[in-house]
Amino acid sequence: MTALDHARTGSDATERPRRSSLLGQSLVIVRRNLIHIKRMPEMLLDVTIQPVMFVLLFAFVFGGAIGTAAPGGYREWLLPGIMAQTIAFSSFIVAVGLTSDLEKGIVDRLRSLPISRAAVLVGRSLSSLIHSSIGIVVMSVTGLAVGWRIRGGVADAVLAYGLLVLFGFTMIWFGILVGSAMRSVEAVNGLMFTTMFPITFVANTFAPTEAMPRWLQVVAEWNPISSLVQATRELWGNVPPAGPDAAFPLQHPVLMTVVWSVVLTAAIAPLAIRTFVRRTEG
Amino acid sequence: MRDDQPAVAAYDLVKRFGDTVAVDGVSFSQPRGSVLGLLGPNGAGKTTTVRMLATLTTPTSGTGTVAGHDIVTGGEGVRRSMGLTGQAATVDELLTGRENIWLIGSLYGLDRQTVARKSDELLERFSLSDAGNRVVKTYSGGMRRRLDLAVSLIAAPPVLFLDEPTTGLDPRSRVELWEVLRDLVREGTTLLLTTQYLEEADQLADNIVVIDKGRIIAEGTPLQLKEQAGAASVVLTVSHAEDLPEAERLLRECSPEVHVDVGARQLTGQADGLADMTRVAARFDESRIVLDDIGLQRPSLDDVFLHLTGHRAEVEDPETEEEAS
Repeated sequence: MTALDHARTGSDATERPRRSSLLGQSLVIVRRNLIHIKRMPEMLLDVTIQPVMFVLLFAFVFGGAIGTAAPGGYREWLLPGIMAQTIAFSSFIVAVGLTSDLEKGIVDRLRSLPISRAAVLVGRSLSSLIHSSIGIVVMSVTGLAVGWRIRGGVADAVLAYGLLVLFGFTMIWFGILVGSAMRSVEAVNGLMFTTMFPITFVANTFAPTEAMPRWLQVVAEWNPISSLVQATRELWGNVPPAGPDAAFPLQHPVLMTVVWSVVLTAAIAPLAIRTFVRRTEG
Repeated sequence: MRDDQPAVAAYDLVKRFGDTVAVDGVSFSQPRGSVLGLLGPNGAGKTTTVRMLATLTTPTSGTGTVAGHDIVTGGEGVRRSMGLTGQAATVDELLTGRENIWLIGSLYGLDRQTVARKSDELLERFSLSDAGNRVVKTYSGGMRRRLDLAVSLIAAPPVLFLDEPTTGLDPRSRVELWEVLRDLVREGTTLLLTTQYLEEADQLADNIVVIDKGRIIAEGTPLQLKEQAGAASVVLTVSHAEDLPEAERLLRECSPEVHVDVGARQLTGQADGLADMTRVAARFDESRIVLDDIGLQRPSLDDVFLHLTGHRAEVEDPETEEEAS
């Protein structure tokens, strides 16, 4: 053995992989997911062109026909709704990404490594949150362009964005559940389109709930999306606080957004983890 | 791992999916630095066995060891000692070859310089240097398998599981991959490979375990198995189905045992070698029976199966591997 060979063997011995942390492992997976976006920028259509199109459609096509109490007009009223819809759709992003990785055997490859098995889900969740946050930034800029303004204080404005992210986490668990349960990306698309559109529409996102039939109005008022939308609208100063005759969740929208996020996460997360484990262990 | 410890061992492994028993009491023991071929048709339980050994799925009962670590209680140790490649785990199509190696290397906890140096070495070794910065989507099947192997080798695991490593590859890529695998074994890596091809097991494996419907139905060296499967056979295809009875009678004159496949208009008889086949060909030449084809068939997995189980290998279980996993 030559000296060079010996030196190399020696260095190999010290290269025994050191133990990396769950966060470190998750960040590697996040980076891999972001490379995917770089390779296929069209993956971002759902948080760029699509919500911008919604803003334009609702602001200019339906806007004139929808009466709102917002002092800044319908467009200002609409923007928080679209933001909430965008963040709700982060579940879609998680589900599609997870199903695709499961289908292609990537999840198995990652699970065969000496890493924390949570890293796959944490990495997927974090990258989806980044993905959705791009949407929130795009929406804020689009909003500013069509006349939406933040009229409240800085702290309130930050809190509103914080609530969006919090609710995003809840939706990510829903996405993990759907992604683990579905066998193909096509199935995820089908299921998510048929559930997420009604869930985000039967709320105060695009039109005031007052004009809905009474029963539907109750559903809409208790829809967690409505609490989130009402909270962000009030915190950004787009609408005055709901009056004493409004439904309970709309009178306490910030509190209810937090409650909904915690309750839904507590209900969905264990189910999502169980479904994921059953799918991957099988 | 002590020297006398097996590199991979299975002790009465069982895996049930609901009512289906995918793996039904599989046991084997494989010494270090050797190649074990797990041979069987689709749905036989090969992939499920590998998935249990690689700790991707928990056995319903029984256990196994990989490099001395128990697969049920020592998952982390198992995962540190083995690489998994092929059907059950794959490469990322949207990443470049180099990024795929980076991904797995970083997850192992290797630092950036080490990953960079090792990817150069591995890409070079698997003739992927020029393609290293290309997205895997543009790779051929053979390149993908080589990359898959390269990725598995980043942490130099002593044990490598290869799940159908050459399925879907053209003959040339298959032979190239065999060469690479032989090199690995020479360097001391222990391989456990699953395959549907007797030839592949024959080429690579020191020992073969034949598995069907979740059970081991035979094991031994390639030579022992082929002897069990009997001699070569002569296969005839008649042009007209109505000639089959007459053809069968003729073939029986040369071979005591004849198998007739009416649908394929095909007859199979025993033949020890080319001389036997030539004799059969001459006999048919004298007759009025028109043949589409005649040929000598060496024992195949199918024959081993037919011999061992009485049914053909391509008869798939209702539960395929795909559904089971």
